[in-house]
Amino acid sequence: MKFGILVLEGPYNHEASDTAYKFTEAALEAGHQIQGIFFYNDGVNNVTKLMEPPIDDRNIAMRWAKLAEKHSLDLIVCIAAGKRRGITPDLIIPHVRIDGLGQLNEICVEADRMVTFGD
Amino acid sequence: MVRDRKTKIMFLCRQAPYGTIYAYEGLEVMLIFGAFEEDYTAVFVDDGVLDLKKDKDASGIEMKEFSTTYRVMEDYGIEKVYVDGESMKERGLTPEDFMIPVEVVDRNAIAKAMAEQDIVIPF
Repeated sequence: MKFGILVLEGPYNHEASDTAYKFTEAALEAGHQIQGIFFYNDGVNNVTKLMEPPIDDRNIAMRWAKLAEKHSLDLIVCIAAGKRRGITPDLIIPHVRIDGLGQLNEICVEADRMVTFGD
Repeated sequence: MVRDRKTKIMFLCRQAPYGTIYAYEGLEVMLIFGAFEEDYTAVFVDDGVLDLKKDKDASGIEMKEFSTTYRVMEDYGIEKVYVDGESMKERGLTPEDFMIPVEVVDRNAIAKAMAEQDIVIPF
């Protein structure tokens, strides 16, 4: 099955962000495809390379970057939601692109299932 | 898999217009999506019914009064707009309180419409 993933909450403050990652990882392990992962609302904060959690905690942004590299995932951060929150191209992790909400519409059309992670 | 028909997408508007950004950024999604000519439905439930209440004034909290923009939903391709009657009544509202004509439906009708969708995006 081809999944689309929508992440609406930011890192650390809400487990929705972790669950999105875990779901994506599990879906890939089970042999499913990921059409795209779209970060919206405070979800755009998941992909900033400025985050520096304590060494014994997970680094949510780098975790996404590694998974994206391993599986050639398409990670998209919304330009409008990102601008509002100070997310610029030079601040985001590798393997993420900044694009518009039209890309989310496209994921909805192309995917077999769209799964939203939020509150 | 590209569907051989329009994709049926429902926006589930659950949150009050102010207090969080969900309603505002949800509206932005609806207006952008509308340009893509899929099959869109907007449903307002729980505090989301307050999004459509007319005569709001957000000037006291220095927030943009975005909610008048719901008026253009139809022009942007969001033609099916449903309000959950139970949520409406719980908040002391009547259909006359809304800024646009809406179809007030019961929860069974919403569940049925939801089951017919390819995608449901909750805000």
